Amino acid sequence: MITLTHYLMLAGILFAIAVAGIFLNRKNVILLLMCIELMLLAVNFNFVAFSRFRGLLDGQIFVFFILTVAAAEAAIGLAILVVLFRQRQSINVEELDAMKG
Amino acid sequence: MSMHQLCLLIVLAPLIAAVVAGLGGRYVGRSGSHWLCTGGVAVSFAASGWILKQMVDGAPVFNEAVYTWAVSDGIRMEVGFLIDHLTALMMTVVSFVSLVVHVYTIGYMKDDPGYQRFFAYISLFTFSMLMLVMSNNFLQLFFGWEAVGLVSYLLIGFWFKRPTAIFASLKAFLVNRIGDFGFIMGIAAVVYYTGSLNYVEVFERAPSMLGLEIFLTPGEPSKPITLICVSLFLGAMGKSAQVPLHVWLPDSMEGPTPISALIHAATMVTAGIFMVARMSPLFELSKDALHFMIVIGATTALFMGFLGVVNNDIKRVIAYSTLSQLGYMTVALGAGAYGAGIFHLMTHAFFKALLFLAAGSVIIAMHHEQDMRRMGGLRRYMPITYWTCLIGSLALIGFPGLSGFFSKDIIIDAVKHSEIEGSSYAYWCVLLGVFVTALYSFRLVFMTFHGRERMDEHTREQLHESPWVVTLPLIALAIPSVFIGWLTVGPVVFGDFFAGSISQGAHIPASIIGEEFHGPAEFLAHAFASPALYFAFAGIVTAWYLYLKRPDLPEVISTRYARLYRLLVNKYYFDWFNENVVAAGARSFGTGLWKRGDEAAIDGVLVNGTARAIGAIAALVRHVQTGYLYHYAFAMIIGLSLLLGWMLLKS
Repeated sequence: MITLTHYLMLAGILFAIAVAGIFLNRKNVILLLMCIELMLLAVNFNFVAFSRFRGLLDGQIFVFFILTVAAAEAAIGLAILVVLFRQRQSINVEELDAMKG
Repeated sequence: MSMHQLCLLIVLAPLIAAVVAGLGGRYVGRSGSHWLCTGGVAVSFAASGWILKQMVDGAPVFNEAVYTWAVSDGIRMEVGFLIDHLTALMMTVVSFVSLVVHVYTIGYMKDDPGYQRFFAYISLFTFSMLMLVMSNNFLQLFFGWEAVGLVSYLLIGFWFKRPTAIFASLKAFLVNRIGDFGFIMGIAAVVYYTGSLNYVEVFERAPSMLGLEIFLTPGEPSKPITLICVSLFLGAMGKSAQVPLHVWLPDSMEGPTPISALIHAATMVTAGIFMVARMSPLFELSKDALHFMIVIGATTALFMGFLGVVNNDIKRVIAYSTLSQLGYMTVALGAGAYGAGIFHLMTHAFFKALLFLAAGSVIIAMHHEQDMRRMGGLRRYMPITYWTCLIGSLALIGFPGLSGFFSKDIIIDAVKHSEIEGSSYAYWCVLLGVFVTALYSFRLVFMTFHGRERMDEHTREQLHESPWVVTLPLIALAIPSVFIGWLTVGPVVFGDFFAGSISQGAHIPASIIGEEFHGPAEFLAHAFASPALYFAFAGIVTAWYLYLKRPDLPEVISTRYARLYRLLVNKYYFDWFNENVVAAGARSFGTGLWKRGDEAAIDGVLVNGTARAIGAIAALVRHVQTGYLYHYAFAMIIGLSLLLGWMLLKS
């Protein structure tokens, strides 16, 4: 029997993987974007799981909105990336330290 | 013409003349400006004389506000006139001396490029002085007080290309500021305790503050009335040049001679004496203030006289004599004999203006040489100047029958009978002062007009009597110097002339209450029994012996008593003290404030220090910013989890 706890744990693990991905990744900005997407998906998982087990539809409707926003965000993020690459010929995270004090 | 309009005419005539001559001097020209200003003052004199006549004939006291400037918290600030016997007398004396000086100026300043400016100043001065004496409230009194101070500053520095004149004018202004500070504090205290600026109201309410106490120093109560009187007298000390605020008066001789006569002898310096007499209902209430006054006045009267004996500048000798005579007036006030003080003020105004103008006449003849050691024997060349100067000197030393005799003898008598603390000290000071006065006065006469002719050949050839515009004022002043005392001593001092305008309070010495007085002739006869007369004669004889018979002796004496001589020549080191302690102290205090306060504290710590502190903190904090995305993300996650954790734990 798969309970709510299992779903929540799965979502937690996914979120933790995403956070770890952000910290550990030092090479590629695209990977950062993917990690953020993964976080959003983990959150979506929670919404869907709660919605299913509590019998309320609101959570699932909310997920649609989140997915839409995530798609838009990904588009903008990739567009920024393209511009960034044109500018610096690189998307290496280590080299992006223009805000260093 | 009503009294109201007459008062306005008296003050406005010189003011309008001053404005026209001052601002439009180029258009009205030299003769235009002297006709205008002399005419304006002549109008004032005529109207003042008419008012005095009315007052003597028993006209009622006129006390009316002309214009209300502001009303604040029930205190009315007004321009108003109080005309009583005291005011009428002062107005007449001021406008008469001023008129005479105006005429004299036409001759004295003949070749000066600042001719119109000078006339504008002296007319403006006449306006200010008249505003001062005619005022019916403290605010207008203060206005007049400051205005005469300002004109005095302008006139001392009239020859503004001379560094000494600039220094002297600044000195006069600064020293007067000290006195004026006390004066305005006194006025503030008057307003605080009585809630009014009007003389009459203040005098009515003043007795009610006798029971009050004020703690200036913890634990020791003082009386507010004493505070008020001493503060007001501080103002008088500045204006009337009493020790230790006397230092400006001898230096003010840097100005042209006519203003020395007008301002620094006859009128402005007597403003302090007038003010104390005007405030006599207040001063009567404070015995301590009277004590203070009599001691200050006596010190000034004697010790400033000594300085006249060693000075060689003809004008400065007369200036020290003025200081000494102002001391006499202050002593009279301190003894409670206000009427005698004003009487001496009046007689002194005539003979001192006369002496100054005579000195001016000598200075013209000597081509602006003022050192008496280069004069001598001028009697033969300038007879009118000689005789008028002699009359002035005799009046000054109190030769029997001349005006100074009456006023000075009454003061000495009043001090003798006074019960104010310190009056015995004052008595000896004024008595010895008579000897000193005679000594320096006749030293001046002998050194200038008698003896060997010590000027150079070129000057001697051109010596001649001054023109009529110069000698006429001398004669015009010599007449009252001789007769005014004889004519007015009865009513002014012993009669009830000042009843109602000057307080005849509890401290008035018995000798000047009219009962013992039986006419000037008897007073004259009585004088031979008093020591003052013999002191005066001793002074003349000493001067004659030292400066005519044995002219080598003064040299010997000054080397024998070199230390004393140095003390006198250096004017008791007052100037040295002021320059090296007061002024230098103020300068180093200022430098300290500038270096430590402004440069170090404000610029260094506050302004630049703030910037430096921000820079230093920022230099540390900027290392937190690495620029790496994952660090920011990490900070966000940590923050988020801390926030969430806190919220969970809280609920």
